[in-house]
Amino acid sequence: MSENAIDKSGWLNLEINGKPVQMPPGSTVMDAAQTLKVFIPHFCYHKKLSIAASCRMCLVQVEKIPKPVPACATPVSEGMKVWTRSEMALAAQQSVMEFLLINHPLDCPVCDQGGECMLQDAAVGYGKGSSQFQEVKRVVLGKDLGPLVSAVEMSRCIQCTRCVRFSDEIGGQMELGMIRRGDRAEIVPFVGETVESELSGNMIDLCPVGALTSKPFRYQARNWELSRRKSVSPHDALGANLIVQLKRNQVVRVQPFENEAINECWLSDRDRFSYEALNSESRLMRPLVKKDGVLIETDWQEALPLAAARLKNIVERDGGEALGVLISPHATLEEATLMSRLAWTLGCDNIDYRLRQQDFSNTSKDAHVPWLGMPIADVSQLKAALFIGSFLRQDQPLLTARVRQAARHGAAISSLHSVRADWHLPLAHENVVPPSQLAAALAALVVAAHREAKVAQALPKVFDEVTPLENDVAIVRSLMNAPERTTIFLGSFAQQHEHAVLLHALTQRLADYTGTTLAVLPEAANSVGLALINAQPQKGGLNARTMLEKPRKAYVLLHTEAPFDIAQGGTALTALRQADFVLSLSPFRPADEGVLPDVVLPDIVLPIAPFTETSGTFINMEGRVQSFYGVAPPLGETRPGWQVIVALARLLEQPFAETTPEVVRASCLPSADSIAARLSNRIDTALQALPKAAAKETVERVAGVPIYHADPLVRRAPSLQRTALAAPPRVMMNAALATRLNLVKGGAVRIRQSEENDAVTVVLSWVCDETLPADTVRFDMAHPLTAGFDVCGEFHLEAAP
Amino acid sequence: MSAFLDFGSDAVLLAGLTGDNWRLKDYVARGGYESLKKILSERIAPEQILAEIKLSVLRGRGGAGFPTGMKWGFMPRGAPEKYVICNADEGEPGTFKDRDILRFNPHAVIEGMVIAAYVMGCARGYNYIHGEIWEVYERCEEAVDEARAAGFIGSRILGSDFSFELFNHHGFGAYICGEETALLESIEGKKGQSRYKPPFPANVGLYGKPTTVNNVETFACVPLIVKNGGQWFLELGRPNAGGTKIFSVSGDVERPGNYELRMGAPFAKLLEMAGGVRDGRKLKAVIPGGSSSPVVPGAVMMETDLDYDSIAKAGSMMGSGAVIVMDETRCMVRCLARLSEFYHDESCGQCTPCREGTGWLSRMMHRIEHGEGRPGDIEALDRIAHDIMGRTICAMGDAAAMPVRSFIKHFRDEFEYHIEHRRCQVADYV
Repeated sequence: MSENAIDKSGWLNLEINGKPVQMPPGSTVMDAAQTLKVFIPHFCYHKKLSIAASCRMCLVQVEKIPKPVPACATPVSEGMKVWTRSEMALAAQQSVMEFLLINHPLDCPVCDQGGECMLQDAAVGYGKGSSQFQEVKRVVLGKDLGPLVSAVEMSRCIQCTRCVRFSDEIGGQMELGMIRRGDRAEIVPFVGETVESELSGNMIDLCPVGALTSKPFRYQARNWELSRRKSVSPHDALGANLIVQLKRNQVVRVQPFENEAINECWLSDRDRFSYEALNSESRLMRPLVKKDGVLIETDWQEALPLAAARLKNIVERDGGEALGVLISPHATLEEATLMSRLAWTLGCDNIDYRLRQQDFSNTSKDAHVPWLGMPIADVSQLKAALFIGSFLRQDQPLLTARVRQAARHGAAISSLHSVRADWHLPLAHENVVPPSQLAAALAALVVAAHREAKVAQALPKVFDEVTPLENDVAIVRSLMNAPERTTIFLGSFAQQHEHAVLLHALTQRLADYTGTTLAVLPEAANSVGLALINAQPQKGGLNARTMLEKPRKAYVLLHTEAPFDIAQGGTALTALRQADFVLSLSPFRPADEGVLPDVVLPDIVLPIAPFTETSGTFINMEGRVQSFYGVAPPLGETRPGWQVIVALARLLEQPFAETTPEVVRASCLPSADSIAARLSNRIDTALQALPKAAAKETVERVAGVPIYHADPLVRRAPSLQRTALAAPPRVMMNAALATRLNLVKGGAVRIRQSEENDAVTVVLSWVCDETLPADTVRFDMAHPLTAGFDVCGEFHLEAAP
Repeated sequence: MSAFLDFGSDAVLLAGLTGDNWRLKDYVARGGYESLKKILSERIAPEQILAEIKLSVLRGRGGAGFPTGMKWGFMPRGAPEKYVICNADEGEPGTFKDRDILRFNPHAVIEGMVIAAYVMGCARGYNYIHGEIWEVYERCEEAVDEARAAGFIGSRILGSDFSFELFNHHGFGAYICGEETALLESIEGKKGQSRYKPPFPANVGLYGKPTTVNNVETFACVPLIVKNGGQWFLELGRPNAGGTKIFSVSGDVERPGNYELRMGAPFAKLLEMAGGVRDGRKLKAVIPGGSSSPVVPGAVMMETDLDYDSIAKAGSMMGSGAVIVMDETRCMVRCLARLSEFYHDESCGQCTPCREGTGWLSRMMHRIEHGEGRPGDIEALDRIAHDIMGRTICAMGDAAAMPVRSFIKHFRDEFEYHIEHRRCQVADYV
């Protein structure tokens, strides 16, 4: 916004160090100083957290006030005169600096924060050379905060409480607190607990001293040894901006690149710590070719022509339709575009990136690209919202933080789902129903909205037998009563549901009646991008589900890991096992044998670069195009995916013109206008009949994608894998169902997906969860233990001996 | 009960209290709740009562001495939810007057709170009672039950359209919870830590709503002012300090206890009422307003009157009226070491100068007292105290610093002796 566009009537005039500035009422002296780019030293103050005013480092002099006042907490007033470097201010800052240092260990040479420490910097800038302190220093014992955040040297803590305020205000759950008084005060987690927040790494950035440091990064490098390069997170569809930091061409740390429109100054833990997978043992350095059932390392000269020849054979023998191409929604726009083009030139239209989707009956929206429906930043400003079938916190950790901000400011947030929401924010209303009843529950909301909005046109027959309850009316009213900024979100569970299209159509109608926006929460880093470049069947080809249900002769997997990334895990295993040829393009070795019963090994694996070693483009949930360059050279003989596909095309005598990253990008990237024109959540498919309730005593399954099993990168990040959130899935159900299944407390459940003898059998431990609906079990997908199942279908559960 | 219940002939607040006549019927027999009845039956306008309070020049009895009428006037008129709170978290070393008011005359405080709630339009009040005087909490519970049963609190009080609910709430003994914003945090169920001001409680107080916090003794004065008029109260004391004041006298006197005097009475009179210095020894020093107020040499104190302005002139503060008397046998180094240890223990730990400074002071004082003082320590003590003062979130930092600076100012020779000779100057006496 230009300077002229801001209405400054009612703003207050003040002076800092003689420089005039205008500020809106309610601003603080600190805000004014930042506007003027006058630096005031501080520790506890952080622009995204509540004001503590406790470190006293930002004391400044204000005219007519006899004592120095904290800039962070002092509101500006008309005619105010502030001095930040006056004798009074400097004396105050120096004394606070001395107080902060008397009990601080001064172990900078062995401290991980050394060189990037606010206390160190402030001590140089504002401290005195020496102190009269001659007493014994306080010692604070280290704390175990889990595998990501190190709190071993808590003697370094200066009690600024940034971490405490972060956990409460941004993380939504107060996992840390300050106990005891005076100089015995210390920061602790709850007794026997660690920090389990999916945003915990931000505490490391927030800690102004070396008390909280990054466990994976500890003692790896000094800040001044690192080169810093910008990149984009390849996990969820937010597209958090990263500063990737390298030492000797190896990524050793990831920190947020501040972008107010996207990730603010935060990162989720998977954005931050998944880099560990880049250097892990499971990285593939050379191509693999299967010989006698075993994958053998080889060179590109052998692997690439062999891959081309085998594809060519199958296409020549059985036609292009004998191929199936499964593209991960984490693939770059360039890789997916070139791969789709290659498939089409081979006469194959069996292309899809919607690997976890089950319902493809939407006949209308191929041209429409589902998206957030608004800028990401607007989510913080919501006044009311309804989330339908959303595992919000594990799918979109940072977007959840924005929803939390909205809730903190009074937004009425509601959820309709098959599990209770655990988003660490106050919910206005909640409705939990079995998966098969989701559509009926949504229909009840539609009927309630139809009544509340006094819609003249009668409802279609589909709704004839639907009666809304009090809670439905309350949810609808909470949406309609908010003056503006109301949105209904379709979450991953709704999108991956067997009745996804019906749910979408019902939601559309609910949004229309209540006058709210409809938002779709895209699954992965590039879901929106791949929809925009049409990485899906264009001429009646098979979609992700049918190309597995109707097995193909050959499959090409681009960044896709079967069965982990695929909803129909069991079907996928069967299809891949019978195929003549499976070609995988991946930065990683295939999942270890033994992890899954009967794992299917590809015939050829071509090592392609992960996001840090290739240029690429992701389009995020708000339709923002984010291109990035490789920040590190490809590891071993790894090559950027787009180069490999171009080379493969050349060998298949379908040469592409593209030779440089710039040319590739230019040829792949849709124009801004065409992106804007296609982003739409509208659905025009006619309403289908509401599904009948499941037969009595049928067990229904709810499954989410665990946050640290969602993509190949996080699955191989060792520290993330040690967190509580990465624990093996357990079967959850209410006590009534457990009793019916004769389960004993502390026992295990045997799960099979069919009665056949050779059916995949898995034994999981189970826990009682009374918040689940009747006859519903929850065990998450994408984990080695559960990935071999199709996400839906019948399940047979029995007590395991 | 105790034979020491002689509060002095000036007593107004404590007059006629025996320790056994605290119940509602006794209070009513003494003319209690008449002020409230009059207000509600005659529908006296809140503004009119507020004018009387202002006229009386009643100043807050908790320590700061802020004019009560002005404080009540800060409460926004229209706000739908407001609170009135009685600060009975009497934790200042040397202070024990609120304990006796609540013990011997709880209904005076209840009536004062109901009137205050009526004036400010509050529907709810809390009496926050120090955690280490449990029997007082129990007594307040009984008194509130009595008042509720008699219709002096509850809905539609005495048939009027004014409703007010009052709850007793006990703390757990943290000194900091006597600071009004820490007290609010504590009522809200949080750790007792003071809030940064502004915003002041009158705008953002308990649960974020406008709130007024007054001391026990302040509330106890209110029914008397309403009954006898602001002018009567003002004339009891001095022009800038209306009414009487209860002084808690402790230390080296013959009869420690609470004594009620008119504002402006000479200190010598108070000392006489307390039976003079113990064993006829010489008066060395007096802390006139609770442990956080600066110490005053005995000779100066003997010439000082007990009101805000006179004590300020003598270099100290009226504070809560806790008079700690020290005779010639007292080691001032040891006294300060003990006080510094108290403030070190009670600092909430929230803001840097107080958290770090109180520990530093206490450790140095401990060292000096134990014969390990070093040259330069006295200057360092004074500087550290100076660096704490005025730079903390609440007044606790000043409370820790003021004794240090005043002890050094008036008794520097004792500190120097301690450091030089590694023992106490007055040890021969003890």
